[in-house]
Amino acid sequence: MLTVANTTKWLQLFTDQVNTNQDALNQYDTPIGDGDHGSNLARGTTAMMDSLNKADLKSVSDVWKTAAMAIISKVGGAAGPLYGTAFLEMAKASKDRPADDIAVQPLIDASLKGLLKRGGAVPGDKTMVDVWTDVDADLEKGPLTSDQVKTAVESTKPMEAKKGRASYLGKDSVGHLDPGSVSSGFFFESLIQEGEIQ
Amino acid sequence: MKKIINNVDDVVAEMVDGMVRSYPQIVKKLPDTEAIVRNDADRDKSIVGLVSGGGSGHEPTHAGYVGQGMLSAAVAGQVFTSPTPDQIYAAIKDANHGKGVFLIIKNYSGDVMNFDMAKDIADMDDIPVKSIVVDDDIAVENSTYTQGRRGVAGTIFVHKILGAAADQGADLDQIDSLAHQIVPNIKTIGVALSGATVPAVGKPGFTLADDEIEYGVGIHGEPGYRKEKLQSSKDMAHELLEKLGSEFHFEAGQHYAVLVNGMGATPLMEQYIFMNDVLNELDKDGVSVDYTKVGNFMTSLDMAGVSLTLMKLDDAHWLQNLQYPVKTIAWGA
Ligand SMILES: Nc1ncnc2c1ncn2[C@@H]1O[C@H](COP(=O)(O)OP(=O)(O)OP(=O)(O)O)[C@@H](O)[C@H]1O
Ligand SMILES: [Mg+2]
Repeated sequence: MLTVANTTKWLQLFTDQVNTNQDALNQYDTPIGDGDHGSNLARGTTAMMDSLNKADLKSVSDVWKTAAMAIISKVGGAAGPLYGTAFLEMAKASKDRPADDIAVQPLIDASLKGLLKRGGAVPGDKTMVDVWTDVDADLEKGPLTSDQVKTAVESTKPMEAKKGRASYLGKDSVGHLDPGSVSSGFFFESLIQEGEIQ
Repeated sequence: MKKIINNVDDVVAEMVDGMVRSYPQIVKKLPDTEAIVRNDADRDKSIVGLVSGGGSGHEPTHAGYVGQGMLSAAVAGQVFTSPTPDQIYAAIKDANHGKGVFLIIKNYSGDVMNFDMAKDIADMDDIPVKSIVVDDDIAVENSTYTQGRRGVAGTIFVHKILGAAADQGADLDQIDSLAHQIVPNIKTIGVALSGATVPAVGKPGFTLADDEIEYGVGIHGEPGYRKEKLQSSKDMAHELLEKLGSEFHFEAGQHYAVLVNGMGATPLMEQYIFMNDVLNELDKDGVSVDYTKVGNFMTSLDMAGVSLTLMKLDDAHWLQNLQYPVKTIAWGA
C-alpha cells in the first residue's frame, strides 16, 4: 500500500537513479533520438524533489500531483507531458481511495491509459508505453520483480519505432533500447527498491 | 566547441532577454516565462491570437515572427526541446482577446503533446483554442501509423498567411479552415554540409567528411536519406526539386512561392546562388513563381546547408497574404 512517506521515498530513489544515469540516458537517446532524454528528465526530477520537500503533503494524491506539476513545468520535450500525465493520473486514481488502502496496480493502470491517450502510441511502437504495459500486466499477477522490469525494457530492443523521434529512422531504430523505456525501467526498479509498497 | 555564450544552462534565457531588449517596440517577454509576445500599440486589438513555439536553436524562428500581421506570441523551449505546457498556456492567455487562439505546431511528438496539454488547460478556462500541426518535410515517409513528417521551414509561410488573415479579422473557424487548406500545399526538403553543435552537448550531432553532403537532414540533425560527394549548387537544386516534383507533379500554369532557407552557417552568397539555380530549374518546368524569399529563417544552430520550400498557390488570396505588410523582427520585405 502507498503512503505519503513511501511514495516520496519511491520518487527520491527514482530521482537518484535518473541523476546517476543522466549521461547514460542521453547516450541511449543519441543513436535513435536527439541525445537529451537524460538531461530533460534530470531537470524535472530535481525540481520535483525540491517541490516535494517544500510542499505540505497531506495525501498520496498530493504527492503525485506535486510531482506531476513539477515535471510538467520543467521537462518539456516528449518526456515532460508523458511522465507528467502518468503522475497526474496517479494523483486522480489515488484521490478517492481510503488513505490506508491505496494499492499500486490500479494507479499504474490509470497511468497507462493516460499515456496511451496522450501520445497515441500502442504497445509495440518502441516507446515507454511498452514497459508500462508489461509492468501493468505483471503487477496484476503479484509483486513486480527486477527480472520482469529488465525483460520489459529489453523487449523494446528488437522493435521498429513507430512514434517519437526514433520513428524517423524506421528500420534503423531496430537493435537499440528505447530511452524512455530505460528511464521507465528506473522508475519501476525504484518501486521494487523502496521495498514496502508492494 | 567555440561559441559566444556564458553558462550553457542560461543560453535560452539570455537570448530571449537580448532579443526583447533589442526590439522593445515589437516584442516583450511575459514575466517568469520564455514566452515572447507582441508589444506594439495594437497588441490588444480584438483579433484571433496566433501562438507558436518550439525548441530553441532555430532563430529567428519563432520569436522573430511575432508582431503585427503575424504571430501574437512565440514560446521558446530549451535548445531543440519542446517548451512546457504552463508557458504555452501563459502565451495563449495573453494572446486571447475575446476571439480565441490558434496554435501553429511543428510535428514533433514533444511539441504536439506539450501544446495539447496547454490546450487542455485553456479548455478549462473556456478560451476557445484550435490548432494545426505542420508537417512539410518530405524527407521522411508520410504515414498515419507513425509520427509522420517533421515540421520545418515551411512553417513560416503558415505563420505569414494565417497572420495576415487574423489581422484582417478572420474568425477562429476561418483561420482553422485556411490552415488546413494551406498546409498540404507546403513542402520542404533540405541538404546539410555540416552538423550543428547543441551548447549543452559540446560537439556536433553528426559529422560529414570535408567533401560530403547529406540530403534530407532535419532541423535537429535528424539523419537524411542519402550521403553524396559534394556537388555543384545546380546539382543540389536539381536533386531537391526532383524530390519536390514527385510530390507536386510540376505542370505549366501552376503557381508557386519559393523559400530558400539557410540552416545557420551557410553564407547568403551561397543561398542566392542556390536560389538562382532553383529558379532556372523551375523555369524549365514551366511553372510560374509568384513569390520568393531567401535568408536564414529557420536555422539549426550552426548547421551548414539549406532547405528548399515550395508552396503551391492554388488560391490568389494566399499570395496576397504572403505580401501583406508586417512589423516583425525577422520577416523582412
Ligand atoms: N507518442 C509517444 N508516446 C509514448 N511515448 C513516447 C512518444 N513519443 C516519445 N515517447 C517516449 O519519449 C522518449 C523520448 O523522450 P525525450 O525527452 O528525449 O523527448 P524528445 O522526443 O527528444 O523531445 P524533444 O524533441 O522536444 O526534445 C522516447 O524514448 C519514448 O519512450
Ligand atoms: Mg530526446
